[in-house]
Amino acid sequence: MFLQQIINGLTVGGVYALIALGYTMVYGILELINFAHGEIYMIGAYLGIIFLGIFTTAGLTQYSLPLSLFLTVVLSVLFCSAYGFTVEKLAYKPLRNAPRLNPLISAIGVSIFLQNYVMLTQGATDKVFPHVLPVTTIEFSGITMTSLQIIIIVVSLLLMAGLHLFIMKTRTGKAMRAVAQDKVMASLLGIDIDRIISVTFIIGSGLAAVAGLMVAMYYGLVNYSIGYIAGIKAFTAAVLGGIGSVPGAMIGGFVLGLIESLGAGYLSSEYKDAYAFIVLILILMVKPTGLLGKSEGHKP
Amino acid sequence: MLWCALLSMPFMGIKGGAYLFVGLCVTYSVFILLTHTFGKIRKPVIPANTTLLTVLLIIPAVAFPLLAGDYYTDVAVLAGIYIILALGVNVVIGFSGLLHLGFAAFYGLGAYSNALLTTVFGLGFWSALPLTLVLTSIAGFLLAFPALRLRGDYLAIVTLGFGEIIRLVLNNWDSVTRGPNGISNIPAPFIAGFELGGLIFYYYLVSGFVFIAAFVVKRVHRSRTGRAWLAIREDETAAEAMGINTRKYKFMALSFGAFWAGLAGALFASKMHFVSPESFTFMESVFIVCMIILGGIASVPGVIFGSLILVFLPEVLREFQLYRMLALGAGLVLMMIFRPEGLVKKGYKHDS
Repeated sequence: MFLQQIINGLTVGGVYALIALGYTMVYGILELINFAHGEIYMIGAYLGIIFLGIFTTAGLTQYSLPLSLFLTVVLSVLFCSAYGFTVEKLAYKPLRNAPRLNPLISAIGVSIFLQNYVMLTQGATDKVFPHVLPVTTIEFSGITMTSLQIIIIVVSLLLMAGLHLFIMKTRTGKAMRAVAQDKVMASLLGIDIDRIISVTFIIGSGLAAVAGLMVAMYYGLVNYSIGYIAGIKAFTAAVLGGIGSVPGAMIGGFVLGLIESLGAGYLSSEYKDAYAFIVLILILMVKPTGLLGKSEGHKP
Repeated sequence: MLWCALLSMPFMGIKGGAYLFVGLCVTYSVFILLTHTFGKIRKPVIPANTTLLTVLLIIPAVAFPLLAGDYYTDVAVLAGIYIILALGVNVVIGFSGLLHLGFAAFYGLGAYSNALLTTVFGLGFWSALPLTLVLTSIAGFLLAFPALRLRGDYLAIVTLGFGEIIRLVLNNWDSVTRGPNGISNIPAPFIAGFELGGLIFYYYLVSGFVFIAAFVVKRVHRSRTGRAWLAIREDETAAEAMGINTRKYKFMALSFGAFWAGLAGALFASKMHFVSPESFTFMESVFIVCMIILGGIASVPGVIFGSLILVFLPEVLREFQLYRMLALGAGLVLMMIFRPEGLVKKGYKHDS
């Protein structure tokens, strides 16, 4: 029972962590809560269904399943990144120098817009993810694990490791860290701030797309409103780990997933959504900067 | 534009994307044409001479239910409730700069305490009202404990979480709140033994409270407390250095805001005769924040104006119901880019 809940928690936590990374990277650079990020994740899930549907009618799925899955992933990630890029250019870039509240409101506006845009174009009812991936169940001393759960945990860990390497080792990653530390200084040193911000949005949206795809496969159902609750949970995870900190978001995501599934398993599943927030409020009362966040004092 | 159209193709199909492209091009060229012919678009500045405006507004406000039909009077009552709510949010977000995203929770608490006090404990509306207000103010006070240590975005997420917790409790605590079914048969208020069930009575009741709320909030805004809030909003560290007890004033802002939300909730419950958790979601909080942004943040006439627009416009444009949320989202973004100070220009500058 305990181990079973741990596995479930890690699965959900991996997804939260992937979405939380997008929040935390954007926050680290722009100090903006990108409320639209949850919707990008939802769009990722929808794109997966749409592309897979297209491939199935075109006969590609029957011809070669791995190829069509691969194409679906690539196309969804590309489109999602394009959405993230466009949202930043249209809704946040003109507000770069406005007071803090304004881009936030703009982000809420984008979120409402995208949600209703998907609802209007795709309908308000649940969409079913086509069952194409063979799911095998593994039993191991009383614990059941599906192959999907393993895939989700492994993929999210791999992506996180990749992101970590990218940020730590590459030139762009270094530039990202510099911009997060001090935007003016970084631009004086010849870093193209706009490019770095775009890259951040593209990477974050791509990760959210992968998370959306995996959730769509895991639960098999997608609705236009899933972005909202997932977005809030992921943001909670990011804050829990210390917003702006990339390893913090990873840890925060897994911790949140574990809290939720253990709480649902042992206490009461009705309040599943509330545990995350209760823990968040408690942690922030003790340590206002989150688990791994640095205390930066008051930024001017 | 071609880019946007390409992006939308998976969702709208190839044909839909093409239509979108044509539509965007036409809108854009019309916009360019207009700006060229009329020069720079003049931003409408709505005069904010409040005393005159108030006097001018009272007459149509009194006559409104007699002229308009039942339907629009009903909408007006709802608008009044939202105005009170928005005034409360304005105290917290507009005056004090504390980004509060869980305001619907206090609204819900007000509605539920009124509902429970009147149905379960058998109190009348007027005896339940003070208790409700005290309860919601205390709730605002309690939220201030975790909120006080946090700044900016952390505060936003904690208030958001608080709002969700309250909603989940309302939804799941079946023995008290009857869960998602909600509480029905909430009695109407009595005055001197007469039940004020009619729509027109509600209209005057709510309008009365709106005037009280607007007056009190306006006065508090210009008081020592109001100036302290402004100082905290502009620069918390500097305010503290000037000897303002930021803790105390933040507590006051959160309780004072919650007070008005409680009043709005109580009115809502007795007007609808029914409450359920669905009315108090995060979207509701966002909707209220939109009202104060649209009208002009921190400006009392602006807030009233914004609430009226956001309640009446969707009712007038009922045929386009499906698209109204889409338009609201796009409107918020455009508003932030082209006119961040809101429709009624005044906002951030203090007027004393």
